[in-house]
Amino acid sequence: MSAAAWILRGARPLGGDPVDLYVDNGLFVDDAPTGAEVLDAGGLIALPGLVDLHTHLREPGREDAETVETGTLAAALGGFTAVHAMANTEPVADVAGVVEQVWRLGQDAGHCDVHPVGAVTVGLRGEQLAELGAMAESAARVRMFSDDGKCVHDPLLMRRALEYVKAFGGVIAQHAQDPRLTESAQMNEGAESARLGLAGWPAVAEEAVIARDCLLAAHVGGRVHFCHVSTAGSVELVRWAKGKGWNVTAEVTPHHLLLTDELVRTYDPVFKVNPPLRTAEDVAALRRGLADGTIDAVATDHAPHSLEDKETEWAAAAFGMTGLETALSVVVEAMLTSGELDWAGIADRMSVRPARIGRLTAQGQPLQPGAPANLVLVDADARWTVDRRQSASRSRNTPYEARELPARVVATFLRGRPTVLDGKPA
Amino acid sequence: MTATHLPRHLLSAADLDRDEALLVLDTAEELALLADRPIKKLPTLRGRTVVNLFFEDSTRTRTSFEVAAKRLSADVINFSAKGSSVSKGESLKDTALTLEAMGADAVVCRHGASGAPHRLAHWIRGSVVNAGDGTHEHPTQALLDAFTMRRRMGRLEGLNVAVVGDVLHSRVARSNVLLLSTLGADVTLVAPPTLLPVGVDTWPCAVSYDLDAVLPKSDVVMMLRVQRERMHASFFPTTREYSRRYGLDARRMAALPDDAIVMHPGPMNRGVEIAAEVADSVRSTIVEQVANGVSVRMAVLYLLLGGALDTDNDERAGAA
Repeated sequence: MSAAAWILRGARPLGGDPVDLYVDNGLFVDDAPTGAEVLDAGGLIALPGLVDLHTHLREPGREDAETVETGTLAAALGGFTAVHAMANTEPVADVAGVVEQVWRLGQDAGHCDVHPVGAVTVGLRGEQLAELGAMAESAARVRMFSDDGKCVHDPLLMRRALEYVKAFGGVIAQHAQDPRLTESAQMNEGAESARLGLAGWPAVAEEAVIARDCLLAAHVGGRVHFCHVSTAGSVELVRWAKGKGWNVTAEVTPHHLLLTDELVRTYDPVFKVNPPLRTAEDVAALRRGLADGTIDAVATDHAPHSLEDKETEWAAAAFGMTGLETALSVVVEAMLTSGELDWAGIADRMSVRPARIGRLTAQGQPLQPGAPANLVLVDADARWTVDRRQSASRSRNTPYEARELPARVVATFLRGRPTVLDGKPA
Repeated sequence: MTATHLPRHLLSAADLDRDEALLVLDTAEELALLADRPIKKLPTLRGRTVVNLFFEDSTRTRTSFEVAAKRLSADVINFSAKGSSVSKGESLKDTALTLEAMGADAVVCRHGASGAPHRLAHWIRGSVVNAGDGTHEHPTQALLDAFTMRRRMGRLEGLNVAVVGDVLHSRVARSNVLLLSTLGADVTLVAPPTLLPVGVDTWPCAVSYDLDAVLPKSDVVMMLRVQRERMHASFFPTTREYSRRYGLDARRMAALPDDAIVMHPGPMNRGVEIAAEVADSVRSTIVEQVANGVSVRMAVLYLLLGGALDTDNDERAGAA
């Protein structure tokens, strides 16, 4: 099945007119290669392979919830050709040795590129900078640094991190959450939390940190990226900072584009996530922000958890949702069906811009001769029903169980080699 | 009255519509007559098993349910989960499966986490009664409070009820607001702004920060327990200041209409939210509330389990 040359017949790049795409030796080429395998892609949408800025692969440390092998297979099935593996593993990815281990595991698995994210501070403790330079110079060539799961809340430490990574073109991906304002927080603070008697996670706890870090990035000329922005106010702040010309980018998760805090009424921890599901007004503002480019990227925040960490009362459950296999469908549901983004827009927010933010030169490229053949073929007309037992992830904590979603990934190619064919692992 | 049954579970005061809530109160009135008889027991729930599943200590609520179930001749199992290996949520499910295997017809659940009885209801076939979950709800407390108000004031419709204190952390307040609004009373929550939840404006009640302004027009004043440790999280500066601004002392009690009553779900912090002379005054219903708790919980168990027992018309007629 892994022929070196492919003819993808009748695919529609970015939803445009059908063409034949030629792949040889890992690249798109001008002419039909000889001896190529032919794939009938009639009517399928061709997009550059998706790039996730925010994935929790859980290895090393929580292999019961996910491994690099299972997580990257789920990524490939979701149309991704590159993922950024977050640093909150056990041990934490705060030294060159751990990021290199994760990077090598990704190479060995071969389902998609794995770009480890380095921790900003030692042990994610927010006290002392990790050896960012060593991680940048390691085989993993780390460019994105994040204490995700925790906020770099010390303003001086954040300032230093933003300054320090300028030396190697790094970016600090901030998990914006004021820790004092969110002590024991369980869900969005508002009408629903008032009624449900769950401690509130106020929007201001995210927005105050975003405002501060925009100002810090501007002051030191650094590059800041905001993970999983979830509120209407955050969109406004990022819009304001971009209007000033500051080097600020932001991502939104698929679930924050579709789901609201009313789902918490079930007290089913499958809807427990950090930042929490917000209101319908926030969802609308996030969609507008993604549509007008204020928000640069969709990132999954794929956060697998074992059953015992989720089948509990709400307060005892872990935060997080799986999302790699449903991300594209959810974005189609939230953005394409409503007309807020077209296929070119989806490619831009799920591949081109995330690759640029992560400084990945071989990803997010146009489907043109000479470019690496990273692509995904999507059946735009298919509808499918989410069945968590069918997931390639080791975990089952999808919030979309039994939900019907549009668009299905048919094939994924990583540098000319299929990782997914006919919707199944190649 | 049209209602004859309750929904399968009692998780929230909002689970009851007006007819169902009145059915509980009227049934409780009938069952209260039993308390005056020398033999205080009915055979109604003979052979049924009621489990008291308490993850938090609450001797008064557990005892109240236990007495209620025993007066209906149910077999009662007290499953105290606190202090045992049951402390994590994984065990909530295991406990549920255990109770399911034992054939519990009703599980009365007290838990420190909001929503825990909702999860329990997913895992077992019997009825689940929420006996207080975290900072969410305590529906049988609201029912016994409504029962007490109706007995003392003769009505609920149009009654002005002030609920005073730590609304933010109070499951009693949430259930009372929901139930009393269903029953047509007018509730005003009184608290410092720090102890009201963001979003309280969506509740079916009024809100005030000024106790002295609310008291003269209140038929019922319900004082909520305020925990001293709240001051360490800056909800208020000191218990002394709290007490000065929101405590019910003899001077404030004098501002109430002549027939107004003073309620407290217990346990009280005498000298903080309520002065001793108020707690012990003739206006106070605090001891009555405890007695009424048994009648109301009998009614709830009877209606939940009786409702499932469709062929057993004789026993139902025997009690109602």
